[in-house]
Amino acid sequence: MTARIGVVTFPGTLDDRDTQRAVRVAGAEPVPLWHRDKDLKQVDAVVLPGGFSYGDYLRAGAISRFSPVMETVVEQARAGMPVLGICNGFQVLTETHLLPGAMLRNTDLHFVCRDQKLRVENASTAWTADYEQGQEISIPLKNIDGRYVADERVLDELEAEGRVAFRYAAAPADAAAPADGYGNPNGSLRDIAGITNEAGNVVGLMPHPEHAVEPLIGTGRTDGLGFFTSILKNLVAA
Amino acid sequence: MARVVVDVMLKPEILDPQGQAVQRALPRLGFEGISDVRQGKRFELEVEGAVDDAALARIHELAETFLANTVIEDFVIKVEDAEGVENPVTPEAPAKSGS
Repeated sequence: MTARIGVVTFPGTLDDRDTQRAVRVAGAEPVPLWHRDKDLKQVDAVVLPGGFSYGDYLRAGAISRFSPVMETVVEQARAGMPVLGICNGFQVLTETHLLPGAMLRNTDLHFVCRDQKLRVENASTAWTADYEQGQEISIPLKNIDGRYVADERVLDELEAEGRVAFRYAAAPADAAAPADGYGNPNGSLRDIAGITNEAGNVVGLMPHPEHAVEPLIGTGRTDGLGFFTSILKNLVAA
Repeated sequence: MARVVVDVMLKPEILDPQGQAVQRALPRLGFEGISDVRQGKRFELEVEGAVDDAALARIHELAETFLANTVIEDFVIKVEDAEGVENPVTPEAPAKSGS
């Protein structure tokens, strides 16, 4: 029996189908979950995909937080169930306080859509074990509310506990290398692109691994597949 | 029916690029002498029944858990009187619930 991974659809979610596909490509079974259902259908893990749930009204993720499905997701996540929040899903995770900090409008006020270079800072979470510490990956980034902020005390705590999972990678010193996709695209404090909770079961990031799982489409690379193979190994080993 | 206003503003230390964009546009429109602009949100709540301490405590909770994200924002609650004047509710008046 393979692992069952739930993918939540809120009104306004965009990337649920791509996420289901990524789960399938990795070899697990995707289970669609509806925002009004408290029932998680006995899945082993949950992904909150990207999009504009509830139109991003009030604040991105602010209204989704109160949807019935999130009640159960928060409860199960606290009990150790792996949860991955991608883009809008990351915003939902900060609004529920499963992850600290908040997301604000990009510093340059532009919607950014590009292939983004990231550095994996923590390769020991449930969702990142198939990566190497310090590995550089390139996956799509597409948002306007991607600026991660938290107060200095929280940022220091995240750094000290190794809970910064991904950082926007700085361009290599080697000037000959192409610098496309490097650098901090949105003013996130300390170049933070993704973080994890203390236990390592809840991870959130702004860029989109589910759009980079097959060589034929997207970036032409499969750098995002590791999220889904990591969780599969984690669940099978459990 | 009585009106309670909740003003939500980004905390002073949080960068507000939208406010900055507004501020930078002002001289081009001929408005001089505005050195800084910060943009916030205003919520007007029409309350059924009396705005007593219990109602204000509930509104405080609603502002704290939903209207504002206190990680990045501060809020002020004001009660509008019969003349339409908004009187800020002193923070310690309704017992701080939650958090």
